[in-house]
Amino acid sequence: MVAIASRHRSLVLLAIVVVVQVMALAIQIQHTGTEGDNRSLMRSWSIGLISPFERAGAWGVGKVRGTWRHYFALSDAAHENERLKQENDALKLEITQLRGKASEADRLSRLLNFRESQAKVPMIGARVIAASPDANSAVIYIDRGSRDGIRKNMGVITADGVVGKVIESFSNTAQVLLLTDRESGVGAMIEESRIQSPVRGLGEPLISMSYVSNDDEVKVGEHVVTSGTDRIFPRDLPVGTIVDVKQGPPPFKYIRLRPSAQLEKLEEVIVLLTMDPLALKKPAESSEAAAPSSPASTDAPAKPAAGKRTQEPAARTAEKPQ
Amino acid sequence: MNDTFDLRIGESHIEVHKFRGGTILFVTLAALIVQAFVPVYFPKVGILDLPLLITIYFGLSRRNPSTGLLLGTAIGLLQDSLSKTPLGLFGISKTLIGYAASSIGGKLDTEHPAARFALTATFFALHHGIVVLIQRLLLAHAEPWFTTRLAIAALVNSLVAVVLYFFLDRLRRS
Repeated sequence: MVAIASRHRSLVLLAIVVVVQVMALAIQIQHTGTEGDNRSLMRSWSIGLISPFERAGAWGVGKVRGTWRHYFALSDAAHENERLKQENDALKLEITQLRGKASEADRLSRLLNFRESQAKVPMIGARVIAASPDANSAVIYIDRGSRDGIRKNMGVITADGVVGKVIESFSNTAQVLLLTDRESGVGAMIEESRIQSPVRGLGEPLISMSYVSNDDEVKVGEHVVTSGTDRIFPRDLPVGTIVDVKQGPPPFKYIRLRPSAQLEKLEEVIVLLTMDPLALKKPAESSEAAAPSSPASTDAPAKPAAGKRTQEPAARTAEKPQ
Repeated sequence: MNDTFDLRIGESHIEVHKFRGGTILFVTLAALIVQAFVPVYFPKVGILDLPLLITIYFGLSRRNPSTGLLLGTAIGLLQDSLSKTPLGLFGISKTLIGYAASSIGGKLDTEHPAARFALTATFFALHHGIVVLIQRLLLAHAEPWFTTRLAIAALVNSLVAVVLYFFLDRLRRS
């Protein structure tokens, strides 16, 4: 037996290493199920080892890019200046038009108390310093961590829309699970019809809206926003635009969305610094603010609301996309 | 006389290559950092699996199954640590690839670019197969065995490998 083992030493070593890892894998799966907050020491060490290089790299790229833009890439500055002046005039005109629309939007959003609830949400900006080295997982690392108040399950957004949520927070770094990851999900609703359904990642650029009944009317081009039911994101943040709708196997439709945020090219993000349920108005309060509206989603627990409709005639016409 | 020595299996002439001190550690860390950092600015680079290419290269060059599998284990576990995957998914797959690469490296002359291209493509597909097998058996994730993206990724990685290995050859002790 010993002779066989010594003759096939590398094969025995291979078997031992693989078996140990299989057992470690099994233990981790068990731990993930029972103690979701557990984190392996090795994972922390690896992050601690690699993230300084990534931070330095991100800093270096930023400096080089800044130097290039500000000192070297000025050959077309005069032409660009002319173009910008023209663009400025056009934008002034546009601003005048938008002011009119903005005042209308302000008035309507006040009706739903949306603005106030947003203002209460503390946020922090962060720079993306790395992506997952595993092509199968949609994960990024940001240069802010627990020292900056970032905790697990906090929402991450950009000005364009929802990005994902924090899944691990280290001292100076945090790991963010993107909306496109197959384990990702967000409480959402179709902006126009207010039909609610969770949106889930598929491990590909498009995301899926899973629980909309075949009887509901959904059109390509409609916008999907957060519903607030997941208690991570405030309501009405853009999630995506519907790009494909088919009758699915009963009872739900096959719906695919393109995420609003450019998840494949993220450089800076905003982290919502709260884990408490957002101060969303209860239906009674909302109805005081916006006469006949009744936002049914506000404090409901996050769960698949198959084909659930929230009929809000006034709210539907009142709310505007951000 | 240098630190390389020859193996003779039948009529074949197989060299075991050694590297300058710290090369393996440096190249491994660099591969992991580049793999994590560059796709932030160039998302399409994410199709590359540099840690796998490094595992294959050092396996083929060192031609010692024990070293190959242990290096594969280390690289795989580091990659697991930086991903959200359970520790061991890439650890196991790269352990097996490291072992297979160094075993084959000890039997074949793998210095020709065509041989390297074919071996990298084969190992890439094998690595994917092992990952999918583990995901299906242990993690209950029904990952597809084959996708068009996999075929493209295998092709791209193999092409990159030929160039990358050419430069890594320069780090060998002469």
